[in-house]
Amino acid sequence: MTARLSTRAALLTLAIVTLLALVAPAFATAPAAIGDVIGGRLLAPLARDPGGHLHLLGTDRLGRDLLARTLLAGRISLAVGVLGAIVAGALGVVIGAVAGWRGGAVDRALMALTDALLAIPRLVLLLLCVALWEPGLQTVVIVLAATGWMGIARLTRGEVIAARGRPWVDAARALGARPARTLWRHVLPNALGPAIVATTLGVGSAIMLESGLSFLGLGVQPPAASWGNMIAAGRDVVVTAPWVSLVPGLAVVVTTVCATVLGDALRDRLAGRRRTALPPA
Amino acid sequence: MRLLFRHLAAAALLLWIVVTVVFVLARMAPGDPVLLVVAPGASAGEIASARARLGLDAPLAVQYARWARGALHGDLGTSVVSGRPVRGVLADALPVSLALGGVSLLLSFAIGLGIGALQAKRAGTRGDLALTLASTSLAAAPAFWLALGAIALFTYGASRLGFPEWMRLPAFGLHAPAGSGSGLAAWVDVARHAVLPVAVLTAIGAAGIARYARSTLLDVVDLEAIRAARGRGVSGSALALHVLRIALPGLVVLFALALPGVIAGSVFVESVFAWPGMGRAMTVAILSRDVPVVLGATLLYAAGVILANLAADLLLPAVDPRLR
Repeated sequence: MTARLSTRAALLTLAIVTLLALVAPAFATAPAAIGDVIGGRLLAPLARDPGGHLHLLGTDRLGRDLLARTLLAGRISLAVGVLGAIVAGALGVVIGAVAGWRGGAVDRALMALTDALLAIPRLVLLLLCVALWEPGLQTVVIVLAATGWMGIARLTRGEVIAARGRPWVDAARALGARPARTLWRHVLPNALGPAIVATTLGVGSAIMLESGLSFLGLGVQPPAASWGNMIAAGRDVVVTAPWVSLVPGLAVVVTTVCATVLGDALRDRLAGRRRTALPPA
Repeated sequence: MRLLFRHLAAAALLLWIVVTVVFVLARMAPGDPVLLVVAPGASAGEIASARARLGLDAPLAVQYARWARGALHGDLGTSVVSGRPVRGVLADALPVSLALGGVSLLLSFAIGLGIGALQAKRAGTRGDLALTLASTSLAAAPAFWLALGAIALFTYGASRLGFPEWMRLPAFGLHAPAGSGSGLAAWVDVARHAVLPVAVLTAIGAAGIARYARSTLLDVVDLEAIRAARGRGVSGSALALHVLRIALPGLVVLFALALPGVIAGSVFVESVFAWPGMGRAMTVAILSRDVPVVLGATLLYAAGVILANLAADLLLPAVDPRLR
């Protein structure tokens, strides 16, 4: 009961956050006059600037409204997180499926690479990659995908190996289906469940990692806003104006919790279906 | 004995593959590494001599052989920025990170297991739900954000709320800038500087472990062995021992794998609190394009993970009779 309630709450919250991010540009106000900017810097929440505009969540050190900026940053943070997780998931499924389906030397080589990359903590691998390439939006997405596929490849490989021995796969083969078609139509649909769960859970960690890279100045570069570089912008004034970092950080926490709750719910549902669909081991 | 050798060989092979992957990544990167070393207006001759000095004029195969041999011997080259051996830079930083990560990990396990056990015992109640919400949120909170929050609380908050003098904790560095004498006073100083970073890392770690402990304990309590023990009249702390015995192998693996995770996770906390450990060494090196230090730190992290895996593999048969 509570589990279903929390899943609904998470879905609703994610929908609201996404919707707000989508309509965010409508909230963006016209640039204020210079005098207003100087008087309107680092305003506390609920304060009014000299021009008389109310700032619900206060302003940053350039006098920009924090609510509008957090919503704008949400567009980039959400897009980077979802895109990074999905590309990583797809890459993992392809590599895992090829390894599990082909077996032999291909399997051993791909799994050796997977294990080696898994031996480096993901954050360290991310930092290594952004250190070697130029920081920026594209790099962050590519690097999130390049460092996030290994776990999903392992899962998919195991599922493909298990599904490969099923009777309907033998039947398809006996009917003369080509290997690629057998893999695509008969094996993969039965092997995709865990990968989908892992990809959903991956959205949360991708958003967290993006914010971390941007916080260190290695991710999304200002003036483009992301939740991470907004938290970083509040770092220097944390002693006098802590709300500047508070709001974007809360956005990260809320989104990540929702992604985790959804992933857990998906996993429970998948596990429940399995128990009835598969014969006891 | 044969098992030991097989595990050792697998670990060595994995380390070699990691060394190779890191070399390939470093060579795949755009830009000429020599240009990072020489002055901006260097002549072609200066660039060529720097290239020869760094060994970058050799064929790729020779460069790889040198890199792999150096890495496996612990010779990781020289820092481009400070001119010190990378090994020395990392040797200074590693103990600082290990101390921070080790203390946080022990506290995380003690607190996380306690909270998880409490939740498992009261599963389904409002208290359980509240703790689940708290641990899920903490596990989802960026470490650097919590760290900034802690700083705000003990600076902005301390003056607003009027904290007493002893509660105003220092937020930056390992010890007071002027030095704080010697003996006991110096230890107290370092301990006061450690409170905030340790607290942030422990909060995040304990949240994750509480989540794991709750679900594992609930699974174990449902097992036939425990139901049978209950049927025989075992209860209280004796029953808790039965449960713990079954949950132990999972916890051992978790502990072994958590240490490198905590040390890698301390990158942000070290960066915010100016704590001079591995994470700070790595972020400083990245921002100053000090590639040898970055590569060396990566290898050291990977070696830590591989060692932890090896330790878990070797320890597991001791706590899990099914694997003997």
